[in-house]
Amino acid sequence: MAREVTPTAPRVAPAVTPANFHYWTGGASGELRILRNKRTNAWISPFEDDSVEGAEPVTLSGKATVYTFTVNYQKYHPDVQPPYVVALVELVEAPGIRLPTNIVNCATDAIEIGMPVRVVFEPCGEYFLPLFEPDM
Amino acid sequence: MIDTPEKRSIISGIGLSRTGRKTGISSLELTLESSRQAIADAGLTPADIDGIATMGETPLQDVIAALELEPGYRGGGFDTGGLLSPVISAFFAAGAGKARHILVYRTVQMMGGSVLPPRNADSSAAEAPPRRDNAMTDMRYLLPYHGYAAPNWLGMHCQRHMHLYGTKKEQLGWLAVNSRRNAGLNPGAVYRDPFTLDDYMNARMISTPFGLLDCDVPIDGSVAVVVSTADYAKDCPRAPIYVESIGGSNGDGGWFRRADYPKMASVDAAAELWGRTDLKPKNIDFAQLYDGFTFLTFAWLEALGICGEGEAGPFVDRATRIALEGEMPLNTYGGQLSAGRMHGYWILHEACLQLRREAGPRQIRKAANVAVVAAGGGPIAGCMLLRV
Repeated sequence: MAREVTPTAPRVAPAVTPANFHYWTGGASGELRILRNKRTNAWISPFEDDSVEGAEPVTLSGKATVYTFTVNYQKYHPDVQPPYVVALVELVEAPGIRLPTNIVNCATDAIEIGMPVRVVFEPCGEYFLPLFEPDM
Repeated sequence: MIDTPEKRSIISGIGLSRTGRKTGISSLELTLESSRQAIADAGLTPADIDGIATMGETPLQDVIAALELEPGYRGGGFDTGGLLSPVISAFFAAGAGKARHILVYRTVQMMGGSVLPPRNADSSAAEAPPRRDNAMTDMRYLLPYHGYAAPNWLGMHCQRHMHLYGTKKEQLGWLAVNSRRNAGLNPGAVYRDPFTLDDYMNARMISTPFGLLDCDVPIDGSVAVVVSTADYAKDCPRAPIYVESIGGSNGDGGWFRRADYPKMASVDAAAELWGRTDLKPKNIDFAQLYDGFTFLTFAWLEALGICGEGEAGPFVDRATRIALEGEMPLNTYGGQLSAGRMHGYWILHEACLQLRREAGPRQIRKAANVAVVAAGGGPIAGCMLLRV
């Protein structure tokens, strides 16, 4: 079961769809969940508007690698202090599905593409945002 | 020859308003400035204009009233042609004989920049299929992660490109240096003093790898063109600009879901462009490519086949090939990086000026008979091949 982290800044609430409801709620029990088609075993991206008929949520290890990232230095929101890292990660079990996230608990100059990371969850209203930290 | 509707249209006139930062000039006044210029440049009067199109905040009806136009065709808004959609839809409308002379304008003010559809747009003019809802709106999944702005979204494309191909920040810098050098020859450019690669490298960071000088400069201004039916070419007082082909994208894959990431919608648009012409990338004499961020120009260079995949960095390096006197003059007016952000319309104006050999001190010396104009980034892309 993955750790929970304390929010440090306000966040925009996630957009919830049938494809990502489990993704945003699994964190309540510390689990990263992605839908998979029961017939074809194909993973369904939480961020596509594809049909979820015949799909079931699967709990994954929460292990991922950094696909790309940017260190943001510009202050876009009065209550969100830069610098912080916005990234896309790919899950070890479901490569090809890219997850937008923040890399946390890591110096901004230590982040590299391909770096192993693991999920932690940050509560956001009634949902839980998957964030990722270095998996040493 | 491949016959397409855009080939039956020409650009007969162009206009550019005063430009500057926080000018205090109203968007309507800027629009009338560029529009009157374009209409006169085409050898026409407002009474000859029977179509109008735009994108953005300056409403069609205000311009129609001020110029006393009676347009049968009203188009514009956002479509598969991205920022250039109003121009491309005008090519199609003129090519199909729906109007003879269409005024197309784009007016921006530095605090604005929306691509909201104009009120009064003729929805029947939209011939492209509707965009998938999710194509662009996947940015809503970046917002909870404080990915609020385009430098964040596109910085990630750039970082991935650097990882895959060894692209260097210095190479992005050479594009910015080259554009500033060109802006020095353009009295309308907002920033004209040259800077060095060191200045570029030392600029304050915005979102890695983009620093301040990787980002375009918001300005106030307006560009207008008159799109006419091709049979007007013989009466056109200026060299008519022929439309060879166009390309666009429906934006599938959005900001981060394309299988071929860090490629962008620009590859779809370029593929459509080359599918509608017998010309090849080697026929391009010069390029005016969108540079809302430096990396977007790199993406277009590769998408259009001006250089190979992953080779934009070496192509731009040292700013020799892309210089005014180089083999592929690029953003000859200074680009949005230095001349100012006209949302893809100044590149169109400059392409026409260069093709007409009216660019004055910054005129390309070698043959300049075929130009590519391409605008957009991420899921937004539209491009056109123009010639004299």
